[in-house]
Amino acid sequence: MSPDFVAVWVYLSASPLTALTITLVAYLLGDWIYQRSGKIPVLNPVLIAVILITIGLAVTDIDYWTYFEGAQFVHFLLGPATVALAIPVAKLLKTMRGGFGPLVIALVAGSSTAALSAVLIADILQASEQTVLSLAPKSVTTPIAMGIAERIGGLPSLTAVCVIMTGIIGAMIGPYVLDVTRIKSWHARGFAMGLAAHGIGTARAIQINKDAGAFASLAVGLNGLATATLIPIFFYLWQWLTGA
Amino acid sequence: MLVSLTQLLVCQLLGEIFARVLSLAIPGPVVGMGLLLILLLCSQSIPEKLESTAEGILSHLSLLFVPAGVGVVAHLTVLGNEWKAIIGSLVGSTVITVLISGWVLQHLHRGEPDES
Repeated sequence: MSPDFVAVWVYLSASPLTALTITLVAYLLGDWIYQRSGKIPVLNPVLIAVILITIGLAVTDIDYWTYFEGAQFVHFLLGPATVALAIPVAKLLKTMRGGFGPLVIALVAGSSTAALSAVLIADILQASEQTVLSLAPKSVTTPIAMGIAERIGGLPSLTAVCVIMTGIIGAMIGPYVLDVTRIKSWHARGFAMGLAAHGIGTARAIQINKDAGAFASLAVGLNGLATATLIPIFFYLWQWLTGA
Repeated sequence: MLVSLTQLLVCQLLGEIFARVLSLAIPGPVVGMGLLLILLLCSQSIPEKLESTAEGILSHLSLLFVPAGVGVVAHLTVLGNEWKAIIGSLVGSTVITVLISGWVLQHLHRGEPDES
């Protein structure tokens, strides 16, 4: 390498421009592969982008925190995106017929199941306490999950990874679980996919049926609210019971 | 676009302020989302511009997960040591959650024409 090139490289690897551009290019590539494959769930665009960037960082010897300093501008938009979830939810609630009772019951049942079963299974399989706490909010969309993990003493960045893995797993096996258990109602199928596998499950539900997609978005928004309320309650209750 | 984006940010900011001042366990953006939801449910209709801005942001929702997802490189040790527990928990819990929430809603909710 000539000295000039080294200087340019040193400048670029520390500038937010590089991290931002890499993030967008990797995602567009991931999305292109996903679309070309006929939308196979395993080839999730987020998964591909993450793998490409991880390899890129390893090859160029840039550490994650340097990368994140630039990529945080994309990451920041998760906040307004969370607020924006109120709009599809309000739209559906305004036009929905029939009482809200069944929705609330399904929401509380699903939301508690998601958090408690994740914690229980991880504990049985002897995960460390920090990992168990990081897994608790795995079914809600990333910004909410990271916020919850931070409050209860998990690792927000580990939670983010678990959330994305959950979305991919849910999009892959959710429809089979619903088929085997003969859950045929499109509303229920969409709701289950959105609740268990947030945005990534919703993207899958939208491809299958429009009603299912609307109910999936509703479930993502509602589960965000419910989980953000329920997990801290479970957590403080548990601390109080065990006297920790 | 700019007005709607500002409205979303104002809601988020108010949410952060509420969450910190009242030391709620709920993250700020979620409080902001709750505030906006209440406002929208109380108003006659949803502003069209706000709706199209929200659609724009939400259609690229998965892009926003990428920087956090790359965090996996910072946790390779944890993942290496505990991958069995993590994968087991994620797969098991996802299957149970899909099952319970779908089953409960199908049996209680009668708001759609029968598909079968």
